[in-house]
Amino acid sequence: MKAYLLKRLAHGLLAILGVLVVVFLLVRLTPGDPALLMLPDLAPADAVQAMRHQLGLDRSILFQFLIFVKSVLSGNLGESIFYRRDVLGLVVQALPVTVTLTFGSMIIALLVAIPTGVISATRQYSTYDNLTMIGVLLGQSVPTFWLGIMLILFFAVLWPILPTSGPGGWTHYVLPCLSLSTYMLALITRLTRSGMLEILNEDYVRTARAKGVTEKVVISKHALSNTMVQIVTVLGLQIGTLMGGAIITEKVFALPGVGTLIIQAIELRDYPVVQGSVLMTAGLFVLINFLVDVLYTYIDPRISFASPGSR
Amino acid sequence: MGAERKQYSYRLSLGERLRQRTGGPIRRLLRHRLATVGTLLVLAAIVCALAAPLLAPYDPLEQDLRFRLKPPLWRAPEGEKFLLGTDQFGRDVLSRIIFGSRVSLAVGTASVLLGGSLGLFLGLCAGFFGGWIDDVIMRLADVQLSFPFLILALCIIAILGSGLINLIIVLSLYGWVVYARLIRASVLSIKEIEYVQAARAIGQSTAKILVKHILPNVIAPFFVISSFQVARIIIIEASLGFLGLGVPPPTPTWGNMLSDGREYLQEAWWIGTFPGLAIAVVVLGINLLGDGLRDALDPKTYLKS
Repeated sequence: MKAYLLKRLAHGLLAILGVLVVVFLLVRLTPGDPALLMLPDLAPADAVQAMRHQLGLDRSILFQFLIFVKSVLSGNLGESIFYRRDVLGLVVQALPVTVTLTFGSMIIALLVAIPTGVISATRQYSTYDNLTMIGVLLGQSVPTFWLGIMLILFFAVLWPILPTSGPGGWTHYVLPCLSLSTYMLALITRLTRSGMLEILNEDYVRTARAKGVTEKVVISKHALSNTMVQIVTVLGLQIGTLMGGAIITEKVFALPGVGTLIIQAIELRDYPVVQGSVLMTAGLFVLINFLVDVLYTYIDPRISFASPGSR
Repeated sequence: MGAERKQYSYRLSLGERLRQRTGGPIRRLLRHRLATVGTLLVLAAIVCALAAPLLAPYDPLEQDLRFRLKPPLWRAPEGEKFLLGTDQFGRDVLSRIIFGSRVSLAVGTASVLLGGSLGLFLGLCAGFFGGWIDDVIMRLADVQLSFPFLILALCIIAILGSGLINLIIVLSLYGWVVYARLIRASVLSIKEIEYVQAARAIGQSTAKILVKHILPNVIAPFFVISSFQVARIIIIEASLGFLGLGVPPPTPTWGNMLSDGREYLQEAWWIGTFPGLAIAVVVLGINLLGDGLRDALDPKTYLKS
């Protein structure tokens, strides 16, 4: 188990290194001199030279990369060209919105999808099951941001009981989370259903039933707990999709999250902000994935009971 | 006599089974009702894209402020002639949706072709050669998977600039990991089967073994994944367009139409509603087709019945 976690941690660190390289190269590939961007227009040549030296732009690319890594590690993500504020502060301010959105949607998806999938599996080919599967097909095909627009249309124009845009209390997150959760909801419902169906045909389930274990226990203990392993795997893989979706959802519902920050920064060519937000988002994503791996060791006995070094 | 009849019916069912087996994937696909619906939807979208100038009632770029924000035909007063209404510049929404299908389908297919070929190549290499080649390719895949793709796409487009070609390049990078992983896993299992071993023993070249013995075995899952990938890429392309990072205006794309629609939601609901519906229908069609393909190409499913 320890070996497994260490390996996952190493993967995570490797991923962060990859992200650092990508982000670093992206900014270096940008046309234009960063030193000129940092200085006011028509700055004197020696000031440009001094800025270039200060930024390390007159050194080798590897040296520049090391400086970059060092400043990132010390929590310095640079300064926004537009806001004249440090990037870390801007991102930390915007992060709660994105995190609320991502996790809110994930929780909605799990709370609805698992019971729906379980009921569907226990009543395969019933009307309920067929309706669920139609819902799943639609949920996987409809773009989440369009669903958001439709929700706004419905709640702003026809039935104004919920706020449809801008930041505020928890009510401002209801519609964004609902629209963002649809894809995940459909995916997990489908997965729970197929996973349950597969396991309910296994020999050990038949044995359990033959022993006289009640159906309730068979479903919750034998089948669902095994399906959970698959669900958590997909959850880990889908968090990236969800975070990407959060960016668009923020734009649809005018929420001031990291997505809005990145889009705005791209429009303003405020590259330090783009760089910093991407780095923070990716870091957070790697962290969440690592936590999912830790969670794994609790729900998948094949990992926790394996002899060290076997995984 | 009874026993004879029994045997006869048994033979029939065996014959039926054989016919089912030799019926070919296309017949199996057509027997799949939902897949047929999917195929029709996809064909309709392709026809729209190819014959856009013939089908569109108006020029999708022609602005006429006299006809600004006109509602769809059934909500409009007598005498107006825009089936799905007009946008803020007086352009016909239906014509823009028809022309918008070109960008979606072009980006979807081109990115899948490029990304798929890259993934196929890297997956074959990783699986067949193993060793450090495998390590490098798979670690690269891990790194990419550990990154929210849309954010990566945003950055790359921010730097490269938006446009059709850049969009295709970025979205090709999206898919390769899925292909590479699948192909690698298949190659690993096929590699040890006797006929591949035999081919190697009689001294066939690596390239020949890959192309003649391994490739045919991975081509079915390759097509299945490709269909789902096209659907996903169409949605990502629309998302980027919605964020203002897709093919730039005035070219109509479903994404930038949705973005206009969000802006004019209060006064003109039709601008945002219909392009989204178009995306949903096409993606649904592709997903249905993909499901059908999976069932038709997977012997485990079609021999069960």
